[in-house]
Amino acid sequence: MAKQSKILKATEQSVDLDAEFRESNIREVLDKLDRELIGLKPVKTRIHEIAALLLVDRVRKQLGLSAGAPSLHMCFTGNPGTGKTTVASRMSEILHRLGYVREGHLVSVTRDDLVGQYIGHTAPKTKEVIKRAMGGVLFIDEAYYLYKPENERDYGAESIEILLQTMENNRDDLVVILAGYKDRMDKFFQSNPGMRSRIAHHIDFPDYGVDELVAIAKLMLAAQNYRFSPDGEKAFVEYIRLRMTLEYFANARSVRNALDRARLRQANRLFTGGKKALTSIDLMTIEAEDIKASRVFLEGKPDTATGPA
Amino acid sequence: MTNAGNRLTQGQFSFLPPLTDKQISAQIKYALNKGWAIGIEYTDDPHPRDTYWEMYGNPMFDLKDPAGILMEINNCRKTFPNHYIRVTAFNSARGFESPTMSYIVNRPEKEPGFGLIRRETAGRNIQYSIHSYATDKPEGERY
Repeated sequence: MAKQSKILKATEQSVDLDAEFRESNIREVLDKLDRELIGLKPVKTRIHEIAALLLVDRVRKQLGLSAGAPSLHMCFTGNPGTGKTTVASRMSEILHRLGYVREGHLVSVTRDDLVGQYIGHTAPKTKEVIKRAMGGVLFIDEAYYLYKPENERDYGAESIEILLQTMENNRDDLVVILAGYKDRMDKFFQSNPGMRSRIAHHIDFPDYGVDELVAIAKLMLAAQNYRFSPDGEKAFVEYIRLRMTLEYFANARSVRNALDRARLRQANRLFTGGKKALTSIDLMTIEAEDIKASRVFLEGKPDTATGPA
Repeated sequence: MTNAGNRLTQGQFSFLPPLTDKQISAQIKYALNKGWAIGIEYTDDPHPRDTYWEMYGNPMFDLKDPAGILMEINNCRKTFPNHYIRVTAFNSARGFESPTMSYIVNRPEKEPGFGLIRRETAGRNIQYSIHSYATDKPEGERY
């Protein structure tokens, strides 16, 4: 009887979803996400969905229709430099704005921070990290390193055990985000089926296209008060096209490294050029020759042949 | 020392009814906002001069949210249901470098209280001391 009257009451009441949306300032965060992150369509769609769900949940709670907190543990997979870490830090802000996490800080860890060196060392270490992350987001980068099947005495499994337990029991207190390369994460989940089933959102980060990478480069330059000359931009498009076919290509990270080297060359050009009076435009502009000097053009090799560049 | 209800009254809030978990969280939150490190301690020797209680785990630094500490408190309660457990906040700022908050979050079911011991010394002077009835029994069997 009581329940019936409650539902009846709920149907009579109404709430303004728009007002709730405005109040949460979530639009600002989502717009910032759209503006500052180029491409990543599936990621943005999923984040919008999560935001909508949490907002609707909040409104439902006002009408007494509780459904229990949704599980928001996530797994980000994708190639190097596709923005997994960047999105994770945004995620904590979004979840905080929506009132899902209380503090909204991001604790970023890798295997070293979770797994101990001797028996009995792992549990306190993992627990300490978990306690630090409570009220916020725990981001585990390269999570597949936690599990090393070739060594059965590895302590990683113990750490996974504790993580699973907290992911289940302290769902209101923290959100766990795992990140790693797709194939390795798949292998990781195969050997840890419990982990897979406890993660509600598996988000795959696609590789960037040439246009997107150039747009990213422009954003990066703008943030450092640089810009391409028209020729410079053309040269950079060509550079990206060539670079993508070479080994160790790491999407946005390669772009950043290429820009850092272009800045070096620009500085050198200005220094040796002998032009005495430099204007601010000279100091800001990356010319085609700064980019054309790369080994990608000259020898068809990445600039640093020894590692990812 | 003892009061009317035989309850141990050491530290903050000890004359109030026991704090609820929500109230404990709020107190922890206050300490965390001040940047104090929080430790959980337990003992079964409640003598007021027994200042160094056993630590339950390490002191917790750099935390943002009380949930983790509350989890540890509950673990400690599960391990030592009949001990005194207190939460201590340590202020490391120069000039303080000492605990700035301390309150009991768990106490034994029955607290027998303290007895007053009078000892006559030279010249019929009397020295007073107090003695916890609980400590007549060996450690671990006191409550």
